[in-house]
Amino acid sequence: MNAAQDGARDVVLRLDRITKRFGKLVANDAVSLTLQRGEVVALLGENGAGKTTLMNILFGHYVADEGTVEAFGEPLPPGHPRAALAAGIGMVHQHFTLADNLTVTENILLGTVPLWRMRLDLTRAKARIAQLSRDFGLSVHADAKVGALTVGERQRVEILKALYRDARILILDEPTAVLTPQETEALFETLRKAVGLGLSIVFISHKLHEVMAISDRCLVLRHGKLVGEADTHQTDRHALASMMVGAEIVPPDVSPARPGLAILKLSGVTTPDHGAAPGLKSVTMDLRAGQITGLAGVSGNGQAALSDLISGVIVPQEGTLCLGGEERKAWTPRRAVHSGIARIPEDRHHTGTIADFDLTENTILETYMDPPISRWGWMNWGAAEKRARDVIEAYDVRCPGPSARIRLLSGGNMQKLILGRVLEQDPEVILANQPVRGLDIGAITYVHNRLLAARDAGAAILLISEDLDEIIQLSDVIHVISEGRLSPEFSRGSRTPAELGLWMAGQGFGEAIDAA
Amino acid sequence: MRLEPVANPSLARRMGYPALALGLTVVVASALALIAGADPLATLGLILKGAAGSKFALLETLNRATPLIFTGLAVAVAFRARLWNIGAEAQLYGGAILTVVVGTSALSALPAVPHLLLMGLAAALTGALILLGPVILKTRFGVDEVVTTLLFNFIMLLFVSYLLEGPMKDPMGMGWPKSERLPGDARLPRIVEGLRLHWGFALALIAALAVWIIQTRTTLGYEIRAVGQNIRAARFAGIPVNAVLVKTALLSGGLAALAGFSEVAGLKAHLSLDLSPGFGYTGIIVAMLALLHPLGVVVSAVFVAGVFVGADSMSRAADVPTYIADMLTAIALLFMVPAILLTRVRVRRG
Repeated sequence: MNAAQDGARDVVLRLDRITKRFGKLVANDAVSLTLQRGEVVALLGENGAGKTTLMNILFGHYVADEGTVEAFGEPLPPGHPRAALAAGIGMVHQHFTLADNLTVTENILLGTVPLWRMRLDLTRAKARIAQLSRDFGLSVHADAKVGALTVGERQRVEILKALYRDARILILDEPTAVLTPQETEALFETLRKAVGLGLSIVFISHKLHEVMAISDRCLVLRHGKLVGEADTHQTDRHALASMMVGAEIVPPDVSPARPGLAILKLSGVTTPDHGAAPGLKSVTMDLRAGQITGLAGVSGNGQAALSDLISGVIVPQEGTLCLGGEERKAWTPRRAVHSGIARIPEDRHHTGTIADFDLTENTILETYMDPPISRWGWMNWGAAEKRARDVIEAYDVRCPGPSARIRLLSGGNMQKLILGRVLEQDPEVILANQPVRGLDIGAITYVHNRLLAARDAGAAILLISEDLDEIIQLSDVIHVISEGRLSPEFSRGSRTPAELGLWMAGQGFGEAIDAA
Repeated sequence: MRLEPVANPSLARRMGYPALALGLTVVVASALALIAGADPLATLGLILKGAAGSKFALLETLNRATPLIFTGLAVAVAFRARLWNIGAEAQLYGGAILTVVVGTSALSALPAVPHLLLMGLAAALTGALILLGPVILKTRFGVDEVVTTLLFNFIMLLFVSYLLEGPMKDPMGMGWPKSERLPGDARLPRIVEGLRLHWGFALALIAALAVWIIQTRTTLGYEIRAVGQNIRAARFAGIPVNAVLVKTALLSGGLAALAGFSEVAGLKAHLSLDLSPGFGYTGIIVAMLALLHPLGVVVSAVFVAGVFVGADSMSRAADVPTYIADMLTAIALLFMVPAILLTRVRVRRG
């Protein structure tokens, strides 16, 4: 294609020198972007680089301090999501915006039908949805309740929702974060079809191999500035990664593990389902000293139940949990802490910390009952603050001081505090549930190196992550979890990502075949 | 429009907005006085004079503040743990009943001090037990305590009404629904002889100090704040959430009941249905104005009491209804709550 000649005519979207400030923070600093017809542009950057802010401005959720947005040659009025929709821009959010109790069709129609219309023309709507499904390879069951769908299916509904409104520009915010490798490939197939039909796509991601696979052009944001732009075919992952971080990236050095005895043993553990989240189904696993056990799986397949079980939040309904060769029946979070289990929860903002507590109060959250932090019910705030200062120093927590409220900290620094809080207790078992989600690359490397150091010091580590690459990189043995069932243990390198992906999609579990 | 947190609010910000709220309250109050056909400045002057213009007025204000400090503390303690105790009124009456029962019982043979201690203790325990029911329903079955504690107020009032018409009715009461009077030894003495301020006020100040120490210096205080701020994180960290809620309820109910003890033993000397003109509900306003700070409760209780006492005396002098007191405290609260929010966040467009 002769882009140089047709470029001017085929530009469908133009962001011109967009600047957005939040207080002193400059989230977007004179960022310009153009998107052409039939093009996939990848927007790359670490967390906090300003990708989502830029897209929220484009979509009218935020108003830019400076700069303009133009779609199909017409300027978009700032601050009006409806105008963006009317101009043919569709956004698929990272966290889906679907109503669980409505059907697929109803969800797609939501917001397209005037309130005072007395009846819905469902037949026509369904026909249109069926047509779109065929054109774009998005198979969904139009009458199913969204609550009953898998994550991959929900994403297809989100995309259909945008297409139903005649979107000509699709913005996808981290669309692959919750998908198996196979589902990701299916999504890419859809995107290629969409591009073939003349749509344009902005693909936000930080997974470089996916960006390489799907995009025509890459834009890299760092600290709110556009720091690089490249044709995907003329660059490579390494160059993009360096551009994102602004420095060379050194992957963690994973030495072979020297596994010891099994410290924590689960035998035939079953836990009740919790709403839509499945419980564990007769799970047996050993966590051995000096070894990282990785748990791969699509989110919402029982990871939360396993994590809650080991954290002491829930107890087995059937089966046993043994720690150090001793069965634990009365099992609570406090007993888990006192038994030497370090717990890094999935949601550091809402479960791991108390936002309006200061760093000192957050540091002692699990140990406030133990001397010297308190005696006979009286707090010793001096000792508490000293504990906090020690953690802040040893774990390089960047903060104004121990009396700063923790909500002011970045995700990475918050996680370092949690890491310090639990690792300072010399734990025998470490439960790391999504320990690096949402962190920038520097913090990711830091957390991974700390976990590896703890492994080499003899801790038994359970690493739960939705990022298969992270699991493969760090784990000495891997289990896959699907609908609460656990796969056999796979040793490092014995399964390819694609094979693990099949397990993640639920294939290979003997019981499933028997039941069917 | 978005709210954006301010990282380190300046002193001007922290003082300016509450001052503005107070100013606006005065403006609206003046408008109300105008509507009632009085001179606004004179009306406000009379309220101020009636509340603090003389030694008598000031002591009257402090007397009126006493039950409000107790109920304000009860609410502040509970709300800190996000336990919505709307039933301070019921707990107050529970305390008052036991004060009269123990005060007029055979125990009055005891010396005054242990007898009064027993009366107070019995009252506090009753209040604690009254709140225990709703909190157990909440922790066990997830029953909303707003509903249960609120409804309990009505049950309690009817129960008191029954007692005053039946078992506790004063045989010498000329048929009025009120209880027997406490004997002289079973009354809280005045702090200074000759001045109409009883020891209940001193007890309220001690209670405020004790609550403040509990909140800042003890593990229980830390637990209460953790449960109130983020119950999920508290539970995950191993804080026994239900036990903390029960302890909070006992403390809160006990404090509210002490308001009943102090009113009966310090002021009225008998139980009647008009013992509390809604001290339990006004305690919510007192606690909110104080931002749930126990020492702030003392200040806001004196402020609210002053408005009521001042308005009473003003309405006798000028021809403005006393209802202006209710409106004044309500307006002060309505302006103060957003003002306090604005000390911590700023509003931005887009």
